[in-house]
Amino acid sequence: MLDTAEEITMAPEVAVDGVAAVEVVDLRKDFIRRKKREGLRRARKRVAALDGVSFTMRKGETLAILGQNGSGKSTLVRLLSTLLLNDGGRAVIFGHDAEREPRAVRRLVNRVSVEASFFKKMSAVENLSYAARFYGMAPSQTRDRIPEILARVHFPKDRLGDSMENLSRGTQQKVALARALLTSPVLLLLDEPTTGLDPRSKLEVQQFIREIRESHDATVLLCTHDLAEAETLAERIGILDAGKLIALAPADELKQRYESETLEDAFFAATGKTLEDEEEGEDE
Amino acid sequence: MKGAAAVMRSELIGLAGVVERNVYLTKRYFLWDVAFFVWTVANTLTIVFIAKGFEATGATIDVNRATTSLLIGAVIWAYLGIIFEFLTETVAWERWEGTIEYTFMAPLSRSMHLAGQGVFAIIYGLARAALLFVVVAMFFDLSLPDANYAAALLVVTVASISFIGIGMMTSVMPLISPEKGMQLGFIAQGILLVVSGVYYPVSVLPEWMQWLAKISPATYALEGAREAIIEGAGVSAMWDEIWPLIIIGIVSVPLGLWVFARGERYAKHHGKLKRSG
Repeated sequence: MLDTAEEITMAPEVAVDGVAAVEVVDLRKDFIRRKKREGLRRARKRVAALDGVSFTMRKGETLAILGQNGSGKSTLVRLLSTLLLNDGGRAVIFGHDAEREPRAVRRLVNRVSVEASFFKKMSAVENLSYAARFYGMAPSQTRDRIPEILARVHFPKDRLGDSMENLSRGTQQKVALARALLTSPVLLLLDEPTTGLDPRSKLEVQQFIREIRESHDATVLLCTHDLAEAETLAERIGILDAGKLIALAPADELKQRYESETLEDAFFAATGKTLEDEEEGEDE
Repeated sequence: MKGAAAVMRSELIGLAGVVERNVYLTKRYFLWDVAFFVWTVANTLTIVFIAKGFEATGATIDVNRATTSLLIGAVIWAYLGIIFEFLTETVAWERWEGTIEYTFMAPLSRSMHLAGQGVFAIIYGLARAALLFVVVAMFFDLSLPDANYAAALLVVTVASISFIGIGMMTSVMPLISPEKGMQLGFIAQGILLVVSGVYYPVSVLPEWMQWLAKISPATYALEGAREAIIEGAGVSAMWDEIWPLIIIGIVSVPLGLWVFARGERYAKHHGKLKRSG
């Protein structure tokens, strides 16, 4: 635990035009957790899912956040995508405060989460059309663009009309990436996008993430507990433990700092835990 | 000015997108809709046969008038059920599918999102109500020579704006209580109709319920539809029903949006948007 929050905040990851892609300052989110009933009263306690997290990202950067289940990764993604309201601090996306200017932020951000999440009876094309309309894209704009994007993720042409429920999980996740790409986000939030995928699908999804980064100049925040994925995709890696960002540096620097051969050892040295352990803090 | 026009265009595309999605889902679940329609027909018949039942037990009533009056009440009941169901699905269905976070993080305003849901609910609900009326009417030898269906359609459409406003208030409940929140739509539907004279004149109600009837849009929808179909009243003759509906609509839609916004804020504060919440 060598880093302090101040050191992490001060990292000069600011875009050329002076506006950081993402600026998170002392961000805090608490959830109320009910405890066991004691007599007639049910006690409640406040649990910090994010506890004073600060970092900045420059435009075009890919930053991976490593953490166990329950460490606060998903809470961070939800706060940045305006799905949660914070209890302190601020998150600013390309100059727009996520809490005060949520609609401006929503135009810039899209997200892929661990669950592909679609209307399961609808086809991939229908689901993408629905998503596109919410971003103001008319049928004339999506008629060609949706099949093009689906082709880019190697979606089989003969299954364009199939219900999502009949597609494999790997294929559904590719459609989820296509949905995110369709709206041309400048900030892409990836919350464990390859968890539960077979090795081949995982590699395909990772390759597509690289393509998005290169072709769209998107800034990518990747939350994962896949160390290899973080190391190969991200320029810097943050370690989130019990809602606190305890380290943020390039993978090699982290290994050096924690005198570790591997990122896994560095994570263990930083947190005293393995990635497979589960915390109880988040998502109450 | 150009910027405002672009924003409005984007918002209207979003509204149309909600309608489009409901068209897709209706196509995919068409047979389920048919099954539900059969149930609604059966349910409506159990009510409308009551008029014939009274006649059979020796009561002296105008069977044609009573049957039509009950039929209108039952059709409006079914229509209101559809409106509330669609609006409640704004949250409930998306939570079930797991898409709600993607929908709620999109830049479309909530008012247009809900309006899209409301527009489809009205179109689908009116078509279904008309079909229900025709199908159930075929079971009876109804004589409606003076019926003014266009005027009835107009009064129900105007009332629908208020129904949408009330539906918006109930539709946020699945965010607050994912397991039981949807039930509030049924509660609102039942309360609205019981005070509105769904199968009886409002005058038979206790006085305090008659006061509630005055602020219920269903009262004016039922009275207007009955006047148009049974008496053959035209639009001008129904002004007494239409102006209260306009006022209730002007109040209920902004109120519905406000309640929904409060509920959404609560859900975002407490982390209730996510599927397992």
